[in-house]
Amino acid sequence: MAEAFHVENTSQPDEESVTEMSEAVETGTPDTAYAPAPAKVKADNVDVFYAEKQALFDVSLDVPENQVTALIGPSGCGKSTFLRCINRMNDTIPICRVTGDITIDDQDIYDPTIDVVQLRARVGMVFQKPNPFPKSIYENVAYGPRIHGMAQGKADIDDLVESSLQRAGLWNEVKDRLSESGTSLSGGQQQRLCIARAIAVNPDVILMDEPCSALDPIATARIEELMDELRQNYTIMIVTHSMQQAARVSQRTAFFHLGYLVESGATETIFTNPEDERTQDYITGRFG
Amino acid sequence: MTDYTADRPITRKPDFSDAHLRKRYRAEARFKIYGIAAIVTALGMLAFLLGSIIMTGSSAFTQTEIALDVTLDPAEIDPDGTRDPAVLAKGNYRKIVRDAMRSQFPEVSGRRDLRKLYKLVSTGSDFTLRQIVEADPSVIGTTQTIWFKSSADIDQLNKGAISRDVPEGDRRVNDAQIGWFDALSQDERTRRSFNTTFFTSGDSREPEQAGVWGAVVGTMLTLFVTLILSFPIGVMSAVYLEEFAPKNRWTDLIEVNINNLAAVPSIVFGLLGLAVFLNFFGLPRSAPLVGGLVLALMTLPTVIIAGRAALQSVPPSIREAALGVGASPLQTVSHHVLPLAMPGILTGTIIGMARALGETAPLLMIGMVAFIVDIPRGFTDAATVLPVQVFLWADAPERAFVERTSAAIMVLLAFLILMNLAAVLLRRKFERRW
Amino acid sequence: MNTLILIILLLGITAFAYRYGRRKALSSVDGSVANLHSLPSYHGAYVALWCGLPALIVVALWLILQTDLVERMVLSGISDGISGMTKGQISLLLSDIRNLATGDITSRAPSPMVLAAAERYVELQRLGFTLMTAAAVILTSGGLYFGLKAIQPSLRARPQVERIVRGLLLIASVIAVLTTIGIILSLMFESIRFFAQVNPLEFLFGLTWSPQTALRADQVGGSGAFGAVPVFAGTLLITVIAMIVAVPIGLMAAIYMAEYASPTTRALVKPALEILAGIPTVVYGFFAALTIGPLFRGAGEAVGLSVASESALAAGLVMGVMIIPFVSSLSDDVINAVPQSLRDGSYALGATKSETIRQVILPASLHGIVGAILLAVSRAIGETMIVVMAAGLSANLTANPLEAVTTVTVQIVTLLVGDQEFDSAKTLAAFALGLVLFLVTLALNIVALRVVRKYREEYD
Repeated sequence: MAEAFHVENTSQPDEESVTEMSEAVETGTPDTAYAPAPAKVKADNVDVFYAEKQALFDVSLDVPENQVTALIGPSGCGKSTFLRCINRMNDTIPICRVTGDITIDDQDIYDPTIDVVQLRARVGMVFQKPNPFPKSIYENVAYGPRIHGMAQGKADIDDLVESSLQRAGLWNEVKDRLSESGTSLSGGQQQRLCIARAIAVNPDVILMDEPCSALDPIATARIEELMDELRQNYTIMIVTHSMQQAARVSQRTAFFHLGYLVESGATETIFTNPEDERTQDYITGRFG
Repeated sequence: MTDYTADRPITRKPDFSDAHLRKRYRAEARFKIYGIAAIVTALGMLAFLLGSIIMTGSSAFTQTEIALDVTLDPAEIDPDGTRDPAVLAKGNYRKIVRDAMRSQFPEVSGRRDLRKLYKLVSTGSDFTLRQIVEADPSVIGTTQTIWFKSSADIDQLNKGAISRDVPEGDRRVNDAQIGWFDALSQDERTRRSFNTTFFTSGDSREPEQAGVWGAVVGTMLTLFVTLILSFPIGVMSAVYLEEFAPKNRWTDLIEVNINNLAAVPSIVFGLLGLAVFLNFFGLPRSAPLVGGLVLALMTLPTVIIAGRAALQSVPPSIREAALGVGASPLQTVSHHVLPLAMPGILTGTIIGMARALGETAPLLMIGMVAFIVDIPRGFTDAATVLPVQVFLWADAPERAFVERTSAAIMVLLAFLILMNLAAVLLRRKFERRW
Repeated sequence: MNTLILIILLLGITAFAYRYGRRKALSSVDGSVANLHSLPSYHGAYVALWCGLPALIVVALWLILQTDLVERMVLSGISDGISGMTKGQISLLLSDIRNLATGDITSRAPSPMVLAAAERYVELQRLGFTLMTAAAVILTSGGLYFGLKAIQPSLRARPQVERIVRGLLLIASVIAVLTTIGIILSLMFESIRFFAQVNPLEFLFGLTWSPQTALRADQVGGSGAFGAVPVFAGTLLITVIAMIVAVPIGLMAAIYMAEYASPTTRALVKPALEILAGIPTVVYGFFAALTIGPLFRGAGEAVGLSVASESALAAGLVMGVMIIPFVSSLSDDVINAVPQSLRDGSYALGATKSETIRQVILPASLHGIVGAILLAVSRAIGETMIVVMAAGLSANLTANPLEAVTTVTVQIVTLLVGDQEFDSAKTLAAFALGLVLFLVTLALNIVALRVVRKYREEYD
């Protein structure tokens, strides 16, 4: 990575790397790369504490609708913690405390009257290591719709399962073996199964926590393609370690460092002309 | 390149209607209630068990006593005044006690009534008197007020276990006896004192003379044998299997064998003891030696498994460091690994001993079910152990034995609590987190 | 001098041998330890082992075999006098001889033959003791002499000592195997003798269990029926009742503690449940017989049902309570072993805790829970004291839990506790039952362990 973005003692990236990154950025649909979109998810002055230790400091971020927003930064900087705030998965950790405002569609999700179960159906999550249930592929996808009462009768569920698997790009590979165990698939297929499972409950937002870090390059490529198609119907937030991936798939990027949101903006701007020096240093590989 | 068809939107949304959500949350609440109910039921049964034992057993720690004015007539005890112990031992103490009772209630006559009168005090009163005289012969010829244990039935009457409302024919004490006892009470000649006999004497046919000391000594002897057999052999096996045994089919077989042995019902060990130790080797029945042997075989798998777990928890870096400075494998184990694993091994051994303490079935098989009155003095004397004593008393029909059984259970539980506490403290003090 | 003193003496000599060997080793190099191959303590141990070990082994062997040998010799000496006696009479005679020899009272005034035999007994015992002591002394001094002679700087004491110690360790680990072999052999041996008297098919499939054998040829009521099916059925009935109590309570308690309880609750409840496992079964039996049995009978009378005071229900209930901690603690381990990622995946989809437990965690840990239940069943089948004290004695083939039934373990105890000849079919039947019990629990344990191992493979 350093070879691609290495810059010698100046703050300006050289011609070659700029072209590369611009090319990376432009695989997205051009017109949505810069057009301002309504903010689906808004975070204001969010602090997160694990017992006495503070993990996030005063984070404010707008996540636009139907776009892919990437959260980047070195290890331990709080990106995953922030992501888990959006669907209140941090609630499962007893010592974790969240303050500040997070709204989805202008609704405060930390309001005491909010039903967490509903929230988590509206905000889906895909995890770093694929975690299909030890059930059949069919049952994995049907689990969400079943508990949320989304379907009446088997035909309905069959329909839902098929369309979710199709949207996740997995249908053709598994349509003949839906009763096989979800854990018998390859790593990339498992992750797509998890995406299908998340899609099946028809969320508004999909959170992805380093979804490709456990996968090989080919599987990664397929999932990145998928992300681009999915964003037409869903808002996507992805945490990633790989800057190239962020450059490839996202329209907005936010850079985290040591618990602070250093900078956020259009992906192209962040990668070609960042405002903050720390962002610059990270992009160019000075640290990571 | 993907299979996704963009023009098939998913139109269904999750059912967030109140009805559906309420149903789910009610199911959640019900589930939690089932869990709490289960725990409450289990702990409730425990409390019920312990409560009923304590309630029935606590009265056994007191014993009713009756004071009589006893005239120690030398003519009955020591007519020639020699004070020879052999003569003193043969004195007619029973007559003296009966005379004392008669002098207390001079109006009672007729053989039947007199027999009822004599039943107020324990049949062991003769022996009590004899012990007093032998201890201090100077009392011969004097009149003393001596407290005697009452009989078991009177004791139960005094403790309220025998109801006065029941018709006389259904009672073990008749109206006359109740009358006499009440008279004695009014005269302040009755009291309830601490039941030391329970803790100092062996088993007896008469409840008021029965105690657990014989069983306690038998238990200690048996557990001693169990310990000195199972601890060394168990630790040596664990060390061998964990540190020296080559990883081949034979050691696998030994390991499977030990795991299975740990789950064999205890009565099968009793059968083994009966067939091999008693019949083949001809060891004495009902002896702590045999009981200890059987319990040692039973405890052995527990000690081995605990020992192996303790040895496994010592990190390999310790072994490697020792080998690195040139220690032989045996020295590595004995100087470095074993001391670090010892707390875990000791804890496992104490827990195994606690289990052996409560075992009854295998000991029944090797004959520890006989009625043993004497306190055992050696490992080959016939003896009984505390849980077997509980079993024997539980069968006895007298009411007085019910409370003594519960009291014996309390003693047994007290021992167990002590041992488990010791194990917990040991673990807390020496546990290291690598 | 008695055996204890002899053993203490031997140990003392061994200790002395150790010290002397050490000193000799040190003096052979004038104190510079570096010139020795092994540390002086190993030289000492070398001598001590050669001095003490053979002697102790001989003493142990002698002690084990002596009683039997002496008895055989005494009996052969009076073989004319006892010809025609039954085995029971001979063993009574033997115990008389024994008692007489040790100065205890005998069952009746001893005949001259018995007196003579007792004298011979004492003689032989003394002879045996003298021989044993002599052998021990010879071995000890021989070991001491040769051991000390062997001490020199180049003696490879440590490897030799270590080899001997490793041999001892190996022998120790074989003892567990010997135990299993002993169990199997003794059970099979006696069972084969039983099956020589009673047809195995009748035993396994017969429906009448009435184990009486005639003590005299013309005794009334001496016909024995050894069909064990009612006994097996009784075991099954009580086990089923116990499982109905233990499994729901144990499992739900485990689920609550693993998923819902706060750490303080868990820290309090878990040890409390362990207490249930630590209470001796004889206490449970007493509780069942004293409190629960009459309680059920009284309750039954109140509603017009006839409930035996030794009903299977009472015994099964109390046994179930005893087994709760087995189910709950094994299930607790199994549930905690389910990876957190599965729970996260389910919560992230908007499932409630109970939905996650019922539809994800329990199916995921099913193998382990089944294994735990099988182990608990094995424990219930082998349980003795609760049923001896709270269940019935007569075989009763029924599925009604309100009646009294008997179990395999109860029968083993009643058949063997009492004065019985050792050879009658009655006492041998106990061993046959024991064999069946051992094999069934063994099979259950093997299946349970295999099931649990399969579960572990899924998650490692």
